[in-house]
Amino acid sequence: MSAITRDEVAHLAKLSRLALTDDELGHFATQLDVIIGSVAKVAEIAAEDVPPSSHALPLTNVFRADEVRQSLTPQQALSGAPAVEDDRFRVPRILGEEA
Amino acid sequence: MSVIAFDKALERFEPVLGLETHVELGTASKMFCGCATGFGAEPNTQVCPTCLAFPGSLPVANEAAIEATIRIGLALNCSIAEWCRFARKNYFYPDMPKNYQISQYDEPLCFDGYLDVEVGGQTYRVEIERVHLEEDTGKSTHVGGATGRIHGADYSIVDYNRAGIPLVEIVTKPITGTGAMAPEVARAYGVELREIMRSLGVSDVRMDQGSMRFDVNVSLNEPGAPWGTRTETKNVNSFRSVERSVRGEIERQAFLLTSGEKIIQETRHFHEDTGTTTSGRSKEEAQDYRYFPDPDLVPIAPDPTWVATLRDTLPELPSVKRKRLQSEWSVSDHDMESMYNAGAIDLVEATIAAGAPAADARKWWMGELARRANESGTALADLPITPGDVARVSELVASGSLNDKLARAALEGILAGEGSADEVIAKRGLQIADEGELLAIIDQVLADNTDAAEKVRSGKVAAVGALVGAVMKASRGKADAGRAREIILEKLS
Repeated sequence: MSAITRDEVAHLAKLSRLALTDDELGHFATQLDVIIGSVAKVAEIAAEDVPPSSHALPLTNVFRADEVRQSLTPQQALSGAPAVEDDRFRVPRILGEEA
Repeated sequence: MSVIAFDKALERFEPVLGLETHVELGTASKMFCGCATGFGAEPNTQVCPTCLAFPGSLPVANEAAIEATIRIGLALNCSIAEWCRFARKNYFYPDMPKNYQISQYDEPLCFDGYLDVEVGGQTYRVEIERVHLEEDTGKSTHVGGATGRIHGADYSIVDYNRAGIPLVEIVTKPITGTGAMAPEVARAYGVELREIMRSLGVSDVRMDQGSMRFDVNVSLNEPGAPWGTRTETKNVNSFRSVERSVRGEIERQAFLLTSGEKIIQETRHFHEDTGTTTSGRSKEEAQDYRYFPDPDLVPIAPDPTWVATLRDTLPELPSVKRKRLQSEWSVSDHDMESMYNAGAIDLVEATIAAGAPAADARKWWMGELARRANESGTALADLPITPGDVARVSELVASGSLNDKLARAALEGILAGEGSADEVIAKRGLQIADEGELLAIIDQVLADNTDAAEKVRSGKVAAVGALVGAVMKASRGKADAGRAREIILEKLS
């Protein structure tokens, strides 16, 4: 049974800004199906005494004190940027959205 | 754009509001790294590998931001989560270099609270859905095109100083039953929220600098019908705009609905100049953000003892404080509301603390100073005068060294930056005439105004006003009018 449709893969690809070909849509739909099936198997094993986990370490409340530390210089910060203007990161035209 | 007049719209529809408020916390460092948070720094001077999302960097949560958020939750009568997590909100937009924003999704730090606001003597309870913690985004500038907006721009440039500053989002539950008061209730909620943030000292809540901003949701339905489709007006940056955006959206939606059209669920942009909104983008579904718990951050489980301590050490909340002050100052509901709306309560309180009687403190701030603030279009609190200055002027009036007119001149001098009350008085020679000077002036006035003097002598006491006026004029405002009247009546009896 295919739980993941080609349309869903196309939607995900759009959200992830990935350009997939028609062939790839089918290819990834099958692969994602397998992945989701595997995760579902884990979910079957999880019993009520096993709480859901999002972290490998049994830790909570790891905080830092509110202290200012040295930042980078703008030169350092921008050194890896593909394009720079006025000490800012220059990015291509943003389409379709307004913020 | 076609609209239906507000009153007509309210005859047919009931509005449902929802408000989302973003408050930038006033921590010294960012939410997940040690970069400074000052406003107005040179571009990209408050950035580091973590807030620029360099590979290998890891976020660590700022304890002061967690504490401030819990205190906000407690002040808004919320429950505090025993355990919650940060989540990644995934989207592609260059305002966050990570391609996600660290936020909270289904496990907010605080939830299920309320805030009571008063409008026109009536109390409206605004229920709070959640208070959660996230990080602010960077600031984009759009280059090219005519408008400086994204549409038509050739490219954008981004400053990440703001990216990663702790940002609290306060979300109301749908607010119903406000009817025609909806715009005022929305505004009053915003104002009260700002008061609370101030009393907690968690943010500078400078709306002009974006450290407090609102998203305003509005829908309309006919009485008894299910709620309508809502629109969300983003980044509304003043209380006046909150009020106007609610009003404008009610008028716009009412027109569409009465014309048989549908409301599209979308974000809209508010325009200060016209008070109207225009369409933005269709609202994403929450699932499009593919939220998931951030594996770089461990869960937060606030120690109940810590939360109890924070609860016990909350400051007196603004609404409670106002009730206390109103009773201490013996002022009417109306006068208290006027002071609240003018932002005068803290100023009056500080002036009283500096030694002025309550009535005098209120008189100066709500009279002469309110007038001056109004004239110059500034907020009362932004006038260049301190409560200490006002208390000193009030003291000098009480002791008889200044009359009302001289006191106003002294305030004018202080506002003009001429120095403290005493310095202005010395520089301008604002000293009430002494008894000897006063007697000399009065004798001259009586000699020059024999007709009026004769009238008073013959029992027409009302004519004394003209003589007192002449004394005030001759002394160039420096006479004590009350004392002058006494002396004149004595001399003419």
